[in-house]
Amino acid sequence: MQISLSINGKRHQADVEPRLLLVHFLRENAQLTGTHIGCETSVCGACTVLLDGKAVKSCTLLAVQANNREVTTIEALAKDGKLHPIQQAFWEEHGLQCGYCTPGMIMTAHQLLQDNTQPTDEEIRRGIEGNLCRCTGYQHIVKAIRSAAAKMHAAPAAVKEDKQPETVAR
Amino acid sequence: MIPEAFEYFSPASTQEAISLSRRYGTDAKFLSGGHSLVPMMKLRLATPRQVIDLGGIQELAQISDQGEKIKIGALVTHRAIETSQTLKNRCALLPQTASEIGDVQVRNRGTIGGSIAHADPAADYPAALLALDVQIEIEGDSGRRQVPAVDFFLDLFTTALSPGELIVAIHVPALPRGAGSAYQKLRQQASGFAIAGAAAVVSKDEGGKCQKIAVALTGVGPKAFRLTRVEEALRGKSLTESNVTRACKDVAAGVDVQGDIHASTEYRTAMADVFARRAILAAAAG
Amino acid sequence: MAQRYIGQSVKRTEDPRLVSGLAHYVDDIKLPDLHYVSFVRSIHGHAKIRRIDNSAASKMPGVVRIFTGEDCRNVGSVPTAGALENLKVPHHPVLALNKVRYVGEPVVAVVAQSLYQARDAADAVVVDYEPLAAVVDPIKAASPESKPIHDEFSDNIAYTWTLSGGDVKQAFKDADRIIKQRMEHQRLIPVAMEPRGVIARYFPGEKELTIWSSTQIPHLMRTQVAIMLGLPENRLRVVTPEVGGGFGSKLNVYGEEALLGHIAMQLGKPVKWIETRSENFAATIHGRGQVGDVEIAIKNDGQILGITYKIWADLGAYHQLLTPAIPTLTGLMLPGTYRIPAIRMDVTGVFTNKMATDAYRGAGRPEATHVIERAADLVAQELNMDPVEVRRKNFPAKKDFPYSTATGLSYDSGNYEASLKKALKLGEYKKWRREQEKGRKKGRYLGIGISTYVEICAMGPSPAMPAGGWESATVRIEPTGKVTVLTGASPHGQGQETSFAQIAAEMLGVDLDDVIVIHGDTAIVQYGIGTFGSRATAVGGTAVYRAVQQLIKKASVLAAHLLKLPKNQVAFRDGKFYSSSNPEKSLTLQEVALASHIAKNLPKNYEPGLSATYFFEPKNFTFPFGAHLCVVEADRETGSVKILKYAAVDDCGKVINPLLVEGQIHGGIVQSLGQAFMEEAVYDENGQLITGTLMDYAIPRAMDVPWLELDRTETPSPVNPLGVKGVGEAGTIGATPALVNAVVDALRPFGVKHIDMPLRPEKIWRLMQKEAQ
Repeated sequence: MQISLSINGKRHQADVEPRLLLVHFLRENAQLTGTHIGCETSVCGACTVLLDGKAVKSCTLLAVQANNREVTTIEALAKDGKLHPIQQAFWEEHGLQCGYCTPGMIMTAHQLLQDNTQPTDEEIRRGIEGNLCRCTGYQHIVKAIRSAAAKMHAAPAAVKEDKQPETVAR
Repeated sequence: MIPEAFEYFSPASTQEAISLSRRYGTDAKFLSGGHSLVPMMKLRLATPRQVIDLGGIQELAQISDQGEKIKIGALVTHRAIETSQTLKNRCALLPQTASEIGDVQVRNRGTIGGSIAHADPAADYPAALLALDVQIEIEGDSGRRQVPAVDFFLDLFTTALSPGELIVAIHVPALPRGAGSAYQKLRQQASGFAIAGAAAVVSKDEGGKCQKIAVALTGVGPKAFRLTRVEEALRGKSLTESNVTRACKDVAAGVDVQGDIHASTEYRTAMADVFARRAILAAAAG
Repeated sequence: MAQRYIGQSVKRTEDPRLVSGLAHYVDDIKLPDLHYVSFVRSIHGHAKIRRIDNSAASKMPGVVRIFTGEDCRNVGSVPTAGALENLKVPHHPVLALNKVRYVGEPVVAVVAQSLYQARDAADAVVVDYEPLAAVVDPIKAASPESKPIHDEFSDNIAYTWTLSGGDVKQAFKDADRIIKQRMEHQRLIPVAMEPRGVIARYFPGEKELTIWSSTQIPHLMRTQVAIMLGLPENRLRVVTPEVGGGFGSKLNVYGEEALLGHIAMQLGKPVKWIETRSENFAATIHGRGQVGDVEIAIKNDGQILGITYKIWADLGAYHQLLTPAIPTLTGLMLPGTYRIPAIRMDVTGVFTNKMATDAYRGAGRPEATHVIERAADLVAQELNMDPVEVRRKNFPAKKDFPYSTATGLSYDSGNYEASLKKALKLGEYKKWRREQEKGRKKGRYLGIGISTYVEICAMGPSPAMPAGGWESATVRIEPTGKVTVLTGASPHGQGQETSFAQIAAEMLGVDLDDVIVIHGDTAIVQYGIGTFGSRATAVGGTAVYRAVQQLIKKASVLAAHLLKLPKNQVAFRDGKFYSSSNPEKSLTLQEVALASHIAKNLPKNYEPGLSATYFFEPKNFTFPFGAHLCVVEADRETGSVKILKYAAVDDCGKVINPLLVEGQIHGGIVQSLGQAFMEEAVYDENGQLITGTLMDYAIPRAMDVPWLELDRTETPSPVNPLGVKGVGEAGTIGATPALVNAVVDALRPFGVKHIDMPLRPEKIWRLMQKEAQ
């Protein structure tokens, strides 16, 4: 079946099998391998991308369901060689270890912060319940999203500051 | 991880969808958000030969306030229900229930029609839909009909839908002013589905006595069910903790309670009482 | 003044590529003409294979070849390194021959041009099985009535192993009381977020096989797979790209790694296999799986005289790399943080119709810590003592270190009282005891759990390790002054690209950005052991340290020559070689590096270039330790447990990067929380894996985790010059007993003394149904 969709602002047209999963389309056809596959039961969230601006699990969508729609993947977040504030915050707060869940986690955080510019820790934890991380224990992820929220909420000038991570040892 | 091959159709209207379904019979499956069907197809537990994607039928994706009732199209996502201001104002039970489903990504895709057509015995909506006495509008060859929720859920993964029929809308009566409602659930740790989930709607009279009450349970038996005995016991009474606790004894009596590795029959039966009580008390407080 | 890096919370250099989606895991690697492998795996726990019918499958579109066990007879057995006396080692074929012995065992490998075609064809393969009775319970499997799983052996007992130290008989004779308890450490599934994956490519001209694999041990894997395939080891190149978590599950040599190599050589085409999550649950190693009886001999004042622990280890159907060795670590660490003069551990390793157990984060030590820390609480309960006092009573004092245990270990350094004291303060122990007292009167069930742990890390001196316990590093200064570090450790999320760069940058006085750390490619990096057993920094980091020292020593010779000074008058500081009498006279490291490479003006007998390689052999393990405190509240109505407070004080010696240490501790504690409250691999009596997906096997989500309050004490290790001990497993080892002790404490009014994990709500609810006392 012929489909046409926009991925990160670029139009992709292809003739695909109807059963092709969106995540495979992104990874194989569009060569965007930042979106990962971590399970097959829509639980882990490693494959999270934005579909028309909303976080979805791309392993549980057929590529044909994204026909004529817009997909945004992790690769689109950094602009002009500069990390998105959420990416920057994950870096600064050590919100990742092996990095496998990270793209999905960041895409979910992206939606979370769009819906709620200043979430509480509880809301952050609730907001990322569809993303599993086996390395970090989530605490640094919560801190990263909290810090990204503060940066994105503050004046744009503040975003530019290259803040050093706080020293955590006592 | 990879579904079996199938033929794909993307009809533009319900009539077209129904005629496709009639043509292919039980080999065909309707696809809405795909969050029940696609995971089963990936594990090859479901292998439809034809998939009829309802996603293009725009009219099914609307929430409309129709005065006494709110009409929720079958393709309205859990997330749209969770965040609907109309529903929050007029029937807060549904947004609250929707917010308990899966996670935000799942709620962004999963639809109310898809969920209830699938009729998973541990799904969250059925309890709320029963407690709200909604009407489920179904379209088939011979036109549209409305089925009350209580007649819709028949058994494990079994509904009143006949082959070739699809859900087009849910008609939800707005809650009367001053009514309280709550959905309380014990989650299965891995899947997030309900081990026991209770929805309650209560209205109190001026003296604070329970005037109207509707309570339903999901997750406990092969299908969700209303707790009519509990309702009768509490109608006209004050919803004090002791009254409610007394009324919520053995609420699942007579139900074929399912046991599995996550919760034995005995535990699920006990949790039915606990969550029914908690839902009623929360509804009474709210 | 050059920047100091060691001890600083430096942002990780690996992160920009990871947060941008630009990193390459195995599945992200594309090769021209890549083919895909899909497996047919056993659906039975135990069955005879009567017939395999590939006829339909082989005619399916895109199918290139279908391999069965018969086609792989010349591939060697999947190796095990367990060097135990009288160990029964069954043949472990890469594809099943005649019989299958666990659900998920690979039976047929289908190769096709696309992933989807391979999957379709695998479905079309028909395997005719004759189901056999499965044995899943290790105690039953060990009994003479159970039929052996392996025809070549007379029973299912793979080995027995005993460790004994001190006079056990006397200890039990001298005891005022003896406490007995059966304890179970349930099987766990590691669930690294990236499943395993392998790509193999063979170039017949160069006779070179390259295998990309998501592994923790590229070099050991190369050696073993070369043996399995009968290839000269130097014709096999193993590349470990980005690895999405391991936790021990990738500290192994898997049949699929050799099989993909075999297929690539047979077909002359590159092939890829990426494990599905279902395969990962069924056919990647599991962890734990011990059940045993502990007996504790005590005096009435709380002194522990001796402990015996007799266990059955549920090994699964075949040995993987370290399967039989894991329970021996439990034995070694049984004394925990206590002076226990007499210890005996008896292990019966048993074959069962399940996936193999092997090293999962902690690997045998969480079991030991759980046993001894639960035992400490049993003692406290028996004697009606404060569990803190029982621990204090039995700690070795600070001055007792290095401390020799009855199990033959020498704990390098420690100060258990200090970490406990700090944890009690951080966790507000006294306050919570008061809250508990108040709560009980009102029908609130609060519990406080304490765990003091010591772990054996920095694996380890070579005599104690199956394949060498050293680690290697090469440090090169390139002609432009940039620094390249090659480490034999193969990190996969721990952040050694940063922490090793911190070591080199600080010592060399260069910018962190000027150092690159390369790992995980056997064609580039000298032989190494790998990242596991909390060893990378203590052993691999020390190798970097030593290599840099050698390098500076060498460069000093050239610097002295160029500065026309005697060698002993040249000092190195902040990236410069100085005349110690006249600091104005100096050369930068870069100038010396360039001179060393262009080699126009070298001292006599000076070797050009500027690199040094060091293989560091530690003299001992290291023994990190700490104290965790946890407060929980149990809901009597539902059995749900809420964690109200979690405080952890860990001592991993000197710290290179506090941010990374904190991350390791967080992650470890949360995996521990998973074991304590949620996780359990459940097989039914036929050997079917019931918890085969993430819909049935719960791992912690963000909502399940409390805020973790961390602090540290710092007791340097004398074993290595950096003073570091290792931290990768501390959280997982220290936390489980704190969590379980807290719940048992909460349920004390119900007469509860012990609960086996996982502490799922239903289990807790049942225990709380009787009247509280």
